[in-house]
Amino acid sequence: MIQYILRRLLQVIPVFLGTTLLVYYMVFALPGDPIAALFGDRQPNPAVIAALRQQYNLDEPFWVQYGLFLKNLFTFNLGNDFTGQPIAATLGRVFPVTAMLAIEALVIQGVFGVAAGLFAGLRKGKLFDSTVLITSLVVIAIPTFVLGFVLQLVVGVQLGWAKPTVGANVTWGTLLLPAFVLGLVSFAYVLRLTRASVIENMNADYVRTATAKGLSRPRVVFAHILRNSMIPVATYLGANLGGLMGGAIVTEGIFNVPGVGQKLYQAILRSEGPTIVAIVSVFVLIFVVANLLVDLLYAWLDPRIRYDK
Amino acid sequence: MTNNFKAEHYVAPIDETPLLATDSLKSDQAPLSLWADAWHKLRRRPLFIISSLMILLLVAIAVFPGLFTQVAPNDNCDLQFSDGAPQPGHPFGYTFQGCDVYSRVIHGTQASLAVGVLSVIFVVIIGVTLGALAGFFGGWLDAFIARLGDIFFALPLVLGALVITQLPFFKDNKSVWTVVMVIVLLAWPQMARITRGAVIEVRNADFVTAARSLGVSRMGSLVRHVLPNALAPIIVLATMELGVFIVTEATLSFLGIGLPGSVMSWGNDIAAAQSSLRTNPAVLLYPATALSITVLSFIMLGDALRDALDPKSRQR
Amino acid sequence: MTTPDVRISEAGGPATRPLLEIKDLAISFATGGGEVQAVRNAHLTIMPGETVAIVGESGSGKSTTALAAIGLLPGNGRVSAGQILLDGEDISHATEKRMIELRGNTIGMVPQDPMSNLNPVWKIGYQVRETLRANGRPSGPDDVAEVLAEAGLPDAHRRAKQYPHEFSGGMRQRALIAIGLSCQPRLLIADEPTSALDVTVQRQILDHLEAMTSELGTSVLLITHDLGLAAERADKVVVMYRGNVVEAGPSLDLLRNPRHPYTQRLVASAPSLASRRIQVAKEMGVESDELLAPTDAAVQEPEKAEEVLRIENLSKVFKLRSGIGRSTDFTAVDNVSFSVKRGTTTAIVGESGSGKSTVAQMVLNLLTPTSGKIVFDGVDTSTLNNKEIFAFRRRVQPIFQDPYGSLDPMYNIFRTIEEPLRTHKVGNRASREKKVRELLDQVALPQSTMQRYPNELSGGQRQRVAIARALALDPEVIICDEAVSALDVLVQAQVLNLLADLQSKLGLTYLFITHDLAVVRQIADHVCVMEKGRLVETGSTDDVFDSPQQDYTKALLNAIPGAQLMLPPEVARA
Repeated sequence: MIQYILRRLLQVIPVFLGTTLLVYYMVFALPGDPIAALFGDRQPNPAVIAALRQQYNLDEPFWVQYGLFLKNLFTFNLGNDFTGQPIAATLGRVFPVTAMLAIEALVIQGVFGVAAGLFAGLRKGKLFDSTVLITSLVVIAIPTFVLGFVLQLVVGVQLGWAKPTVGANVTWGTLLLPAFVLGLVSFAYVLRLTRASVIENMNADYVRTATAKGLSRPRVVFAHILRNSMIPVATYLGANLGGLMGGAIVTEGIFNVPGVGQKLYQAILRSEGPTIVAIVSVFVLIFVVANLLVDLLYAWLDPRIRYDK
Repeated sequence: MTNNFKAEHYVAPIDETPLLATDSLKSDQAPLSLWADAWHKLRRRPLFIISSLMILLLVAIAVFPGLFTQVAPNDNCDLQFSDGAPQPGHPFGYTFQGCDVYSRVIHGTQASLAVGVLSVIFVVIIGVTLGALAGFFGGWLDAFIARLGDIFFALPLVLGALVITQLPFFKDNKSVWTVVMVIVLLAWPQMARITRGAVIEVRNADFVTAARSLGVSRMGSLVRHVLPNALAPIIVLATMELGVFIVTEATLSFLGIGLPGSVMSWGNDIAAAQSSLRTNPAVLLYPATALSITVLSFIMLGDALRDALDPKSRQR
Repeated sequence: MTTPDVRISEAGGPATRPLLEIKDLAISFATGGGEVQAVRNAHLTIMPGETVAIVGESGSGKSTTALAAIGLLPGNGRVSAGQILLDGEDISHATEKRMIELRGNTIGMVPQDPMSNLNPVWKIGYQVRETLRANGRPSGPDDVAEVLAEAGLPDAHRRAKQYPHEFSGGMRQRALIAIGLSCQPRLLIADEPTSALDVTVQRQILDHLEAMTSELGTSVLLITHDLGLAAERADKVVVMYRGNVVEAGPSLDLLRNPRHPYTQRLVASAPSLASRRIQVAKEMGVESDELLAPTDAAVQEPEKAEEVLRIENLSKVFKLRSGIGRSTDFTAVDNVSFSVKRGTTTAIVGESGSGKSTVAQMVLNLLTPTSGKIVFDGVDTSTLNNKEIFAFRRRVQPIFQDPYGSLDPMYNIFRTIEEPLRTHKVGNRASREKKVRELLDQVALPQSTMQRYPNELSGGQRQRVAIARALALDPEVIICDEAVSALDVLVQAQVLNLLADLQSKLGLTYLFITHDLAVVRQIADHVCVMEKGRLVETGSTDDVFDSPQQDYTKALLNAIPGAQLMLPPEVARA
């Protein structure tokens, strides 16, 4: 197991370095004058330019810049945005909101997706199964931002069941609608994945053997079929975290949730390069670490992996 | 073991259990290749029929929009019709700018399909080549391509696109091609992974070894035996990704970092319509529905193909 | 209603009631094309404490019948007629609740494939414990360890804490036997319990299973494709063919007097019975025909023939990764030397991990030896350049084991057989087509096969196509890597027959890689026995079989199921 963790860590480090290098290179090295590029058409005042040159060590050679950028990233010294606010402080304030949103969305897709997938898989070919299969395709086909607008309009404005925008009043309850929007597409994927792997495991030899041992049906279903079906689902949930982050930008934008995604969305609208790079780097860091955790979960779910050469 | 139960020796009546020739060839059906077999199954699936008809229609709209609407999408915009209700000849009503919604939805098809199809073509070319080489040859090449893929994979699509589109080159040259480039750059690792897995599954099959010992070269066996047998998951993923890329384009356009405003696209129209969401939601719903139906068609086609091409469902 | 166990125990009393009685059983499966009858009119009787074997080839309905007895037919299968009486109670349509009561403590099962029948995510101990608990037995760590220890797993406490992938195939099968017998069922269904294992392990496990069941007084329903094994292990044998029971009776009686034509064929072809039969057959000068497996090619005089292939001190070392940046050496083939004479058959025999297939890969020039040489027709093959290797490939061709994996599913049969001709640019399209037709004739497949795809052919037919492809370039040496191991007995006999015919017609040399000593006896002139990468014994087939020198060879020979059945010559003649 320790071997496995070490090996995964050794693989994760180059990936993290590579990805941040890619991001950094694209923003600070590819354009001739990064400051001009960061500001686009606007003319910043000289004080801001000087602060940026210092923050990003633009007078140093590229590799030193990058090294210092990494150091700053790990010490959460992310510099200031255009209004002079420290980005790290802003992130610290908005991050919990996004975390709540993500957790709620994860629960929706993880718990309900797996439950519905299990139910459909066990009743393969029956009415529930075919209904769920078609519905999930339709859900997958509706883009998150379309779904967001439609639900905002119908549930929020016309039916008045939920507040159409969240605003400053962030609670688990007010986040429910945006989390539902954010989690729905992945919910459909999780459902289909669970269903497929439940069907595959139902026909596995060891499930037949478990039944032959005299186990009750619920035991066979939960300890053998469902347990083994979780393995691909865990992998998907990890890989999908990136999609969740992308979705958070859209969802937070639509529902006016004061989270990281919205900050990023606003930064894009205002072309605030440094803020974009800082937030994306933090996201990449989270994504990489989260995937490492998922890998550990995966190893726990599937003991064969731990001993794999 | 002794047993006082006297077992008798039973023989079934021979005329009831006739002895057939060992291993006779069944010759009552026409030969079936894998593709013919898949086609056979697909022809009878409603999911396949509906989705292919939809896709044919969409392609026709994209190529010949003039056949479906006489109204030019931009020329006749008139602010007096701003957010106007449907009228004869303008079945979907008017946008905030007073443009005909139906015409814009028809003309927006082209951009979406173009981005989807072009992105898939390049993703397949790059992803399949790299994935096949990595899976077939293994070793350091595999490790290198895998790490390279991981680096791009760790950049979630929308986030990566945000960064890439900050580059002056992309800011200054916004077009269908820049959107395609962004998508291809970020989406090839997925295709490479799937291809790699499929190739690894096939590369050690006896028929590949047999071909090698016939004198077929390594590259030859990759191209002639391994890849054709690894094609099924690639086709399925490519079809599904076509739908996904169309969503991505719309999302990027919606965020303002996709297609330029001058290109008519569903994503741009949805973004433009959000301001009048509460007063005139129809303006948003029409392009959104067109977008969803298009994506649904490709996802359904991919799903039908997956069932038909699944080797497990073939009788041997 | 329950029968006290006392009734089982005693000898001398009147015949007790059968523990399991299957009467006129019919089983059908719902498929896309309607109901398909898999089993018709099946009947069998198992008395308490008795072992009954069902023998048949794949698709004969033997496993389906057994699964019906424990209520585990696949979802689309159902018992459409007849009864399954367990101690007088008809369980053919019993409720799921009743079946759950019966499974485990009344009817146990040992499944076929040890690799796929243990859940990979749970520890072995857990999988034993849940069985004990579900059947209301004490399930503490000591109970679990005891169950495992009884099945012959040493160090059971530690083993219980391991996962299935840390077990070898034989150990997994022991764990499955432990699970099957843990609740002391009265009937044990053993579905090909050892066919995935090496012969020596197979023997140990069957011995152990026999000891355990006779001690517990368990009745056993043994499902197997191997008539020799069935006769050796069971009191009664039931032969199934295409869903019907064609013959049933006491084992030896059935073997001595097979009455149904199918059983007669089976007795004649079963390789495990061949060791004894072949001697007799040779003496009597029986010609090879449909009913008899081929007499070997020993009619030729191998002594005169020239040497076509010589293996000298051949070794192959693989580097295995063990942890980060470290690797250990694994010697797959260790200093092996032997030679093959033109026109003869040399068999390399060994169990899994013996390195026999690695030798084959090196002879085929698909793997580079670590040291040693392979001399083909006087030339060291390691000195060949690319062009010469290309030419070498025309002369040495392989046939592989898995009939489902050896043909490209995307190629029709014509393209498959034509590929070697096209690769070597032999002739034009018309002459190649003519050649393909000739080759199909040679392997006794109709020419209409040309347009078909591999998935439309049976295993035996696919192997014929593989043989035709191997013959396309008129090779001198053919490497058969387990070429008949995956085939049903009768088909296997046919293919072996074909190989022998082709050898005498075309003067081919075979290097025959196999784990099955019984087959070796039928076809080989020379035998090389390998164990853990080393060559332990080599000699003419008769010498090795009649007077094996090494303990390992003796163990292998002893492990052939049915080898110890004393069969009089008239049985051998069938």
